[in-house]
Amino acid sequence: MRARVVAVATLSALLLAAPAAFAIAFHKMPTPQLQARYERLIHGFRCMQCQDESLANSPVDLAADMRRQIRTMLLAGDSDQQIRNFFVSRYGYFILFKPPFVASTAWLWLSPGVLLIVGATAAALVIRRRSTMVARDNDEPVDESLPRESRS
Amino acid sequence: MRYRYLIPLAVFAVIVVVFAVGIEQSPKKDLVPSPLIGKRAPVFTLPSLMNPQRQVSSSQLRGHWYLFNVWGTWCVSCRMEHPELVRIAHTGIVPIIGLDWRDSRAEALSYLKQHGDPYQRIAVDRKGNEAIRWGVYGAPETFVVNPRGIIVYKYIGPITPQAWRQDILPHLPAAQTVAARS
Repeated sequence: MRARVVAVATLSALLLAAPAAFAIAFHKMPTPQLQARYERLIHGFRCMQCQDESLANSPVDLAADMRRQIRTMLLAGDSDQQIRNFFVSRYGYFILFKPPFVASTAWLWLSPGVLLIVGATAAALVIRRRSTMVARDNDEPVDESLPRESRS
Repeated sequence: MRYRYLIPLAVFAVIVVVFAVGIEQSPKKDLVPSPLIGKRAPVFTLPSLMNPQRQVSSSQLRGHWYLFNVWGTWCVSCRMEHPELVRIAHTGIVPIIGLDWRDSRAEALSYLKQHGDPYQRIAVDRKGNEAIRWGVYGAPETFVVNPRGIIVYKYIGPITPQAWRQDILPHLPAAQTVAARS
């Protein structure tokens, strides 16, 4: 019993401590407007080191440097677009979680639609075929002597 | 139509092949191509590692080919490529300019004393602002810059003898020309 309590306590302590270990220092901006823009921006950029996390969620030094860069630019009066351009011109569209629709990113934006059309068409064909097969099965008496494959 | 039930299996097989190729190629996929290639290298003026009173600036480098190597003593891959950098420096083919990224001066100096110093000049980027201007996302990264200050190539990761010969050297003009100019 005692050992179990200790184990549970240790585990809880570890689980509680983990987020604290990765705590990310956000900057405090002087106005609520700047704060909102800052937070929107850091959520929109990819951390180039961990690649699947945003600058807002990444604990690595490079992400901290980039957050500081964004803060500096905001305080200098740069627009969101200027800040985006600054990073895109150095890291490419890859750094944006929502890349713009341009020639090089068209496949990225269009492929889900293309896949949806392909899938929907395939599904429609199968459903149509199945329903005519059922209709025919209901019309004609089944000749058990024929092998199954030859009926389709 | 007899083997129609094999179609999903065939589709599955195609997906497996696509993923297998994707995983096989994944080390290369980690490398994000730099949009800075063909563009002007960032203009910079930074303190020199060797003498913090002095500065290293891009204007001093105009008219010369150079390698711009981003490194730090904390970076394991940089230690791997270091002997090759020393060897390249000995050939005299191209000067190497270092950017000591997010490092401590004392550690950088003792590291160079211990492993040799391949750099013609070393600029210090203590806070990491300059690395972002070069689009750096992990050390080591090495840029090839031409005399007009244009980045002609970027090599990501530790430079091996093979990488030097096959990937970097072909972007430099004939060795003698560079040696004469620099």
